Amino acid sequence: MKQKLSGWGRTAWSYSDVITPSSIQEISAVVASPQPRGVIARGLGRSYGAASQNAGGTVIDMAHYASSSGIELDQQTGVVTAGAGVSIDALLKYCVPRGWFIPVTPGTRFVTIGGAIGSDIHGKNHHVDGSFGVHVLSMRVMLSTTEIINLSPLEKPDWFWATIAGMGLTGLVVDATFQMLAISSSLMSVETERLQNFDALIEAMGSADDDNRYRYSVAWVDLLASGASLGRGVLSRGEHASSNQDSRQECLAYKPKVRMSAPPWVPNGVINKLSIKAFNEAWYRKAPPKRKESLESIAGFFHPLDGVRQWNRLYGTQGFIQYQFIVPLDQTDVLRGVIGRFADAGVASFLAVLKRMGKSNPAPMSFPDTGWTLTLDIAAGARGLPELLSTVDTVVLDAGGRHYLAKDAHVSPRAVQVGYAHLEEWKQIRNEMDPTGVWKSDLGRRLGLVDP
Amino acid sequence: MKNGLGVSQSIVLFGGTSDIGQAIVNELLRPGVAHVVLVSRNVQDAEGFGQQILQRFPDIDVHHVRFEGEDASGMPRVVQEVIALVADIDVVIVAQALLGEGLDLINNPELAVPLATVNFTATMTLLLALAKQVSHQGYGRIVLLSSVAGERVRRSNAAYGATKAGIDAFALALDHDLSASGGSILVVRPGFVTSKMTRGMKKAPFSTTPEAVAKIVAKAIDSKVRVVWCPGLLRWVFMIFRHLPTAIWRKLPI
Ligand SMILES: Cc1cc2nc3c(=O)[nH]c(=O)nc-3n(C[C@H](O)[C@H](O)[C@H](O)COP(=O)(O)OP(=O)(O)OC[C@H]3O[C@@H](n4cnc5c(N)ncnc54)[C@H](O)[C@@H]3O)c2cc1C
Repeated sequence: MKQKLSGWGRTAWSYSDVITPSSIQEISAVVASPQPRGVIARGLGRSYGAASQNAGGTVIDMAHYASSSGIELDQQTGVVTAGAGVSIDALLKYCVPRGWFIPVTPGTRFVTIGGAIGSDIHGKNHHVDGSFGVHVLSMRVMLSTTEIINLSPLEKPDWFWATIAGMGLTGLVVDATFQMLAISSSLMSVETERLQNFDALIEAMGSADDDNRYRYSVAWVDLLASGASLGRGVLSRGEHASSNQDSRQECLAYKPKVRMSAPPWVPNGVINKLSIKAFNEAWYRKAPPKRKESLESIAGFFHPLDGVRQWNRLYGTQGFIQYQFIVPLDQTDVLRGVIGRFADAGVASFLAVLKRMGKSNPAPMSFPDTGWTLTLDIAAGARGLPELLSTVDTVVLDAGGRHYLAKDAHVSPRAVQVGYAHLEEWKQIRNEMDPTGVWKSDLGRRLGLVDP
Repeated sequence: MKNGLGVSQSIVLFGGTSDIGQAIVNELLRPGVAHVVLVSRNVQDAEGFGQQILQRFPDIDVHHVRFEGEDASGMPRVVQEVIALVADIDVVIVAQALLGEGLDLINNPELAVPLATVNFTATMTLLLALAKQVSHQGYGRIVLLSSVAGERVRRSNAAYGATKAGIDAFALALDHDLSASGGSILVVRPGFVTSKMTRGMKKAPFSTTPEAVAKIVAKAIDSKVRVVWCPGLLRWVFMIFRHLPTAIWRKLPI
């Protein structure tokens, strides 16, 4: 059935034939005789832009593909095999009570394993644990010939790594086997502190000796603060609590709650500079001025936004974009400059997030690398946004940085060519894996990753 | 495809020398536009506009394609030529038309042929060829420059008004056909626009400029609107005109 789709940002809508398969044969049948506009896999659509939609073509809805919901956990080793359509939400509900945690989680638990692989997602632990791809031991992938093959870092490593962060354009992940992390409590032991400006923030996070003592580390930056407070923020770092820190009866209990739902229709402009300024100020004031320890839930620490269902509707019909880039570690001046530019332009953003990332992995299209990554949300209709972002894009690229494709909704093909040094290598492998060009998406077309 | 900021990657103008068409293109240009295609009868006449675009946005690829506005059966081929250049079409503005001002058609009926062909027959085949592509793409916006002249046809420009009435009606129905595919058509009904086309003519009431039309159209392209009037007030003026009894209509000094 033709369905209107967008990413999480609710921009750039288009119509695709959406197929919710009930069997793997049904998927093979679609892939075997594709429409000219091709086929793409979709997870839970938590990419912000057009990564899992395919105007005029076919979309395979993996998140609602029932046979893809299996979870097999080896209780002893923590090795798990999960269908590509399994969500991190479902995985955590199954595994946390059994003492195992997902090796990498993004800021929402409503993403699928297929989406985690397709974007090679990273979390607050990237500086020590790397991205999702490095924890994958093997996966089964359907090629455009409908053949299902096994890929791992040892079997066909180049195809394996091209599929990690391959944005669904190399093949369809059927299931994946990966290593979970052992935990003895479902609580997080967290240290929070307020930092009054950019320099203080960089100093606190920038020292690997200090920061690497924490498995999880991320800072929230107030982009509306300017002058002496430019770049002020709240640094939050933590580790899984141990059962002796946890006084509860059931240390592994895991019951995340959704507290409320955003109203289905919100006028544009509810989220504006005033409401964000008030929110940012309150958030900053709420944080303890000196380092303070506390115990938090998994949901509270990793997935605070999941407490409000469909919060993405709060931006109204205009939608919003999330801008995420990385620059090398020594480019802190560029980073400060970019924060200054956003502050000067009065671009209102909730919860801009700053994180120091660790080293890259062999996946040619993987986003993370040693450096600083900044992430911010902006209402898509903000005046002068195309001009502002195109300037910042250039600054980022000139500094040796790049943009995260899972979030992207606007960069030019050139930004990918310049930012991703291994793009051509990846394209070559992609063409080898998909010689007839079956896998296509709106994002892939816009960025010239695939033929139209 | 349009990016998340609403910027079109590829913009195509049929009637590359049209003042209104060019003004609309200008209004749509922003960082992020990758291609502009100017389809014109005389490519040289559109080159100056191409240069202006490049001065503002050196990164844009400006392409020129030649077409013959009267060649109704050649339109699908021209559309193919455009697709070969830009792959997908995000916004296409159909702006070719003849006004036929001052022609003595009663005594020279054959002079109505090019007018009817350009404004109606060839525009129809063009819209059909574009609709096919847009529906194949699953998105895309076709902008047809119609006219209030088609809402109730006056004797002073009967032939022109009748072709606009026809193509306007056709476009609205074609839009209905497209709607399930994700593509859509925007019908623009300007009143008297001061431009090359109307140079030397007496200004009608509610006259407007290409730039003012372009502002309204650019906004409408981003919305779900199917028809816009320029200026907006003309919608109500013509709504009244349409319902006037013939006896009164014929007495109006228009
Ligand atoms: C609130 C929020 C916070 C976020 N925080 C983070 C974060 O901290 N770190 C981070 O890295 N990301 C983050 N993201 C982005 C998100 O993790 C990624 O976009 C992720 O890929 C979404 O997964 P999904 O299941 O929704 O997949 P979709 O968005 O539907 O698809 C993502 C990509 O994966 C491909 N894909 C999906 N399933 C398959 C499959 N079975 N086989 C092959 N390809 C497939 C798609 O084709 C597409 O290219 C966040 C998103 C939100 C909404």
